[in-house]
Formats: sequence, structure tokens, C-alpha cells
Amino acid sequence: MRKLWENKVSRRRLIGGAAATGAALPVLHGLVPHEGLHGQEAEAAGEHIAERHAAHRGAGHIGGVGSVDARTNGFDPHEILRDFDEGTLRGGVREWEIVAEEKEIEVAPGVRYAAWAYNGRVPGPTLRAREGDRLRIRFTNGSSHPHTMHFHGIHRAAEDGVPRIGPGNILPGESTVYDFDATPFGLHLYHCHSTPLAEHIAKGLYGAFVIDPKDGRPPADELVMVMNGFDTNFDRSNEVYGVNTVAFAYMDEPIRVKRDELVRIYLVNVLEFDFVNSFHIHANFFDYFPTGTRLEPRDFTDTVVLGQGERGILELRFPYPGKYMFHAHVSEFAELGWMGFFEVTD
Amino acid sequence: MEAATRAATTRAGRRRPAWLTGLIPVAVLAVAIGLFVALDAPGLDRIGVPEEELTVERAVLHPGEFELHVRNDGADPVEVRQVIVNDGYASFTQSEERIGRLGGAEIDVEYPWIEGQAYEIALLTATGATIDHAIDAAVETPDADLGFYGLMALIGLYVGVIPVAIGMLWLPWVRGVDARWMRFLLAFTVGLLAFLGIDALLEGTELAGSGPESLGGAALVWLGAVGAYLALSAVDGWLSGRRERLERGALDRDGGRSGMSPVAGLGYRAAFLVALGIGLHNLGEGLAIGSAYAIGSLALGAALVVGFALHNTTEGLAIVAPVAREGSASVRRLALLGLLAGAPAVLGAWIGASAFNPSLAALMFGIGAGAIAQVIVQIAPAVKDEAGRLLHPLAAGGLLAGLVVMYATGLLVSV
Repeated sequence: MRKLWENKVSRRRLIGGAAATGAALPVLHGLVPHEGLHGQEAEAAGEHIAERHAAHRGAGHIGGVGSVDARTNGFDPHEILRDFDEGTLRGGVREWEIVAEEKEIEVAPGVRYAAWAYNGRVPGPTLRAREGDRLRIRFTNGSSHPHTMHFHGIHRAAEDGVPRIGPGNILPGESTVYDFDATPFGLHLYHCHSTPLAEHIAKGLYGAFVIDPKDGRPPADELVMVMNGFDTNFDRSNEVYGVNTVAFAYMDEPIRVKRDELVRIYLVNVLEFDFVNSFHIHANFFDYFPTGTRLEPRDFTDTVVLGQGERGILELRFPYPGKYMFHAHVSEFAELGWMGFFEVTD
Repeated sequence: MEAATRAATTRAGRRRPAWLTGLIPVAVLAVAIGLFVALDAPGLDRIGVPEEELTVERAVLHPGEFELHVRNDGADPVEVRQVIVNDGYASFTQSEERIGRLGGAEIDVEYPWIEGQAYEIALLTATGATIDHAIDAAVETPDADLGFYGLMALIGLYVGVIPVAIGMLWLPWVRGVDARWMRFLLAFTVGLLAFLGIDALLEGTELAGSGPESLGGAALVWLGAVGAYLALSAVDGWLSGRRERLERGALDRDGGRSGMSPVAGLGYRAAFLVALGIGLHNLGEGLAIGSAYAIGSLALGAALVVGFALHNTTEGLAIVAPVAREGSASVRRLALLGLLAGAPAVLGAWIGASAFNPSLAALMFGIGAGAIAQVIVQIAPAVKDEAGRLLHPLAAGGLLAGLVVMYATGLLVSV
């Protein structure tokens, strides 16, 4: 734990203080002379703010300064969106090689984070299989801490990737093979299950795991969005939020989609330290398939709330061209990086 | 001429001057440090992560903007990369991308803050650490224009100059008291000064705690106190030497008709020192008021002014007590003493409201405390009774009364 500024005020206390101030304000407003605020000064202040906001509109996003160069990280949130790893088919078995490693990544412009990563990226590769496939994942621990790969799905205990069961913790330099069938179809995830659990997940050891139904889904422009966050100062609350790691990545450069084309979003929430995360789309609605395990949508909505480890599939079409915002409707997360744009073109 | 120089050179060559040998350790140290740095601290590997510490020394609020003045308080350079205000990233510009040890920077954060609300600002560094700064109630920092300086001057007048001047009106009364009660009054003055001194030390220490530790912290207060004590002792020694010379001259000229007898009382020299000590204390008080006003946490009102007036009026009494036995009372001289004691409050308020720096303020409080300690040492002998006892009942009573009066009137003013 880093030593912080001693006058550090806890979030909780501040919120309490703010609430108290808010409650007292209407009273104070009546008592305290404040002509200055209503006169020309206020006008000047308003203009001042408006000017700044106008200057701001040119910039890519609402908060923060600068942008993250994908080359520094070695992975690009835009490429992660449409990057599905179907492994290698060998004798009817779908195989992957996954390595856990330590890697410093830039999670917000200029802010570095000592992450743990599967195959050098956060989130790890999106593994994609078809229902009933035999899967074989060779996992090597290339870092200096024990790790595992724990898959959501239906499988035998020994393949569950938790400490003390089956191969258990995979020690640094060692490897193992997880061997199971792809079932049930839907959208799942995998993550490290070594303890301390929250830390092993929060540091970046997770990824999306897609099992397509036997007959597949209708053709669509498919996007993977792993909602995550980073506790850069180790106070067990996140300083940076985003989709596919980099704060404001899709504000700086919108996700380009075609008008009227079916867009399918594989949405996974792996956020640690916050109980819920959410997804909200502007000027549109989507069909929602929780966990993707049924082919009929449960909802037609514009906002979904997901708990830790929860995921779902969204299907929508954009009827009009233009730029449409999407973000967590937990406004705090939005303003701390979880905010982006779709750019719809003909 | 040339021969003489040559002779001196050969002498120096034969026999090194004494001061040169004193420089040997310094030279060796310089070479050692140079080598150590050049070789990048051989044998000593840095462990652990960089320890990033920044202190927000001053936050200035403009409409739509927080202007933060920060100082690097730690051993490692700090790079601020993002600014979070109330759980949201905000746009900002900074004067230094990388703030070196003890270096300072200005960070301007764009934010549509609302008056009266609380804000938590977190500076997110390149390593992901956060430096938090709380603004308890956002209020626009007054512009340092003429009107503002006028207002600060008015506050300084109200709390410093006027009360001291009023207190000095006790002069005719103290002239009339007999020797015993005079000692009581002087003890009262000492008690009052002791209160101010302790108050200055405590307040300085508290302020130092909010400033960067690397600049000395509470040590600044004590450094200021000891420094001021020594400096004033020197001034006092110089003044008394000068006065003795002057008096000898005056006696020679007018045959001893002037009433400036060194034994009549403590005299203007003591009054001057008392006024100076109180002035330094009032400078600190002005600083506190000015800075509190600047961050909007000062409820300017009748209660505060009345409190300070009562508190500081007694200071006027402390100045005139030592001159009670002086024959002549030059109004000009008294006015200057009053200004010396009271006017620094104006100066302090100006500095406090426009360029407040906790470390500087702590040093100033220390200086005030040291000055007061020196004044107490000056006055104390005059409290002694005929038997030479210092803490006779009247003196102890006076001391206590001074402390209690200052404590009680101090309750009226808490900035």
C-alpha cells in the first residue's frame, strides 16, 4: 500500500459532508448576501464556462487529458472489439495456448498500471467455440505468482481451475491443460481463481468465453465489450473504468458500424470492487439475451444492469446515421472513463 | 613591492594558513559526493516503488476552475497525468509535466463548481497513485484588486491597529498606580505575552502540519522562534549600547536635565520590544485571518471584530506599562509604537489572502513566538519586588490574570 497524502479524506465522509452541505444550502441561500452571484459577475462566469465548454467540444471526450497510444500497450481496444480467437482444431479438439504474464499497461492517458495479463492483453483473448466442441486449453504461468484459469460453463471438478482441486494453483513456470466440452451455449467468461481472488481478477486475468449455439446466430457485426476497471492506488476502489481496458478509448475514436446492419454485442462485466455495472445506449433500444443461453430475448430496452461476473448478449440496429453515445448509467463510472460513441454511417 | 609579494607567497607555501586546513574535510566531502553521484550510489539498490508525495499548498477558485498550487514533498519526481474531481475525470493544464523534489507546479482544473458545495480532487499520477485534496466549501477566491486590499487593510485596522491604540489609552492610568501595582501590571503583561507566545507556537505547529514535511514542518516554527530570539537579543544589545552612548552625550551637553534616567523604568526600549513582539504576533494573526477569508471559511462579522478588539486591546496595555515611569510621553512616539504592534495585522492579512503558504506562515508564527520570549526575558526583572523575588503573590496573580484574560477573550475569536 502506497503512503498517501495524510489529509486524505475518505469517500464516504465526503459524500456525507456534501449531502449535509446540500441540505443546508437552501437555508444559507436565503440568509447570506450573494448579490455578486446574480449580477454581472454571474453572467461573466457563465460566459467563461460556456467558452471553455465550447473549446472542449473539439476535444474527444468530456474529462481527462490526452489519449492512450495502442502501440505502448501492444493491444488496441478497437481490435479487441472484433477479435475472436477460435483456437486451432486438431483432431476434432479445439486447442488454445494461454500464458499468464506480468505486464505494465496504460489504462488511462499517462497512467500506467502493473497488470497481470493472459497472452499479453487485458482483457485476455476472446475464446470462441461451438456448443459440444471438445476444448483443450494449455495454460502456462509465465508470471511470478501462482495463477489458474477458471472457466464458467458445465464441466468436471478437476477442470474447474480453482486452488487445491485437480491441478489447483499453477505455480510460476509450470503449466497444465484444461480439458472439457463447450456447454452450455451462451456468453461466459474465464478468469484466474487464485487467492486473493479480487486482486487476481482486478489485475487483469479475465476474458470473454463465447459458445455459439449448434446452429449459430444470425449474421451480424459482432463486438466484444468487457467492462472493467482499475484500482491504480490500491484502495480497493477503481480510479479508472472502461470497456476493454482503456478509459475513453471509444470517445477518442468511435466504434464504426453500418446503418441498419445487425450489431451484436457480447457484454461481460468483470468489474471488481463495485457491485454493479451497467450499459446504456443513446437514441436506440436493443434485444437483450441474459447470459446468451436462450435464443429469445428477455427484454427490449436501452439499459441493462449487470452484477460482478454477469454477462449478456445485445442485438440492435441503428436506423439513423450519426454519433451515438453509450456508457455505464452508473454516472460515476461513465465520468471515470466508461463512455464511448458509435458512429453510424450508410 | 614585488619582493614583498614574493615573500608572502613563499611564506604561504611553507606554512599553510590555518583556514585552509579547515577546508580539507569540505573538499574531501565534495569529491566523495561527486564520485558517489557519478557512480550512481554504488552498492545501494533502490527497492520498492517510487514514493510519490505532493502537497497542495494553495487552492484558488475561479469561476469554472480550480487552480492548485502543489509542491513535491517526497523523494521522487511526480508526474500528474489525470485529475479526478468528485469521481469524474476533468480537463486540466499544468505548468510542469514532471515535478522534481521540492519543485512546485500550478495545475488548472476546468470544473463547473457550485458555490458552497464540497469537492474532492484527486491528482492521479503516472504510477496510478492519487493525491487527494478536499475543498470543504467552494467559494470564489477574491481577486487581489484594490478593493480587496482595501478590505484586508480595514480588517487589519479593526483587529490590530485600533484595539492596540485604544489599549494604549491606559497610559495616564498606569502612570498613577503605585510601584506594587505597577509590578502587578508588568506581570500581567508577561502573562499576556506568554499566552500569545504559546498560542503562536501551537498555531505555527498546526500550520506546518498542513504544509510540506520536506520543508521542515514543525521544525520551521522552532527555527523561527530561536532565530527571532537571538536576533532580538542582538538588536536589544545594540540599542542599549547606543542609548548609553547617547545619554552620556546628552548629560555632557545639558548637565543631566533630560529625564531619560536608565533606572526610572524599563523605558521605551522595552516598550519598543514589546510592540515588536506583539507586532510579529499580529502579523501571524493577520495571516490566519487573510487566508481564512481567501478560502471563504471566515465569517466576517461583528462578533469576530469585537472579539479581536477585546483580545488585542490588552496588548495596548502591555505596550504602555513599561513606559509608565517615563517623564515625557511623546504622542508621535506612542503612535509609532502602536503602529508597530498593530499594523503588521494589515500586512499579514494581505499576505495571507493573496499568497498564503503554510510553511512561510509557520515560520512567521515561530518568529513571533521567539520575539515574545525575548520580550518576556526583558520585562521579567522589572516584576521583581524590593526583596528581589520574581514570583511574589502580586506577580503570580498578574501572570495568571494575563493568561486568563487572553484565554477568555480568545474564546471570542476562533479563526
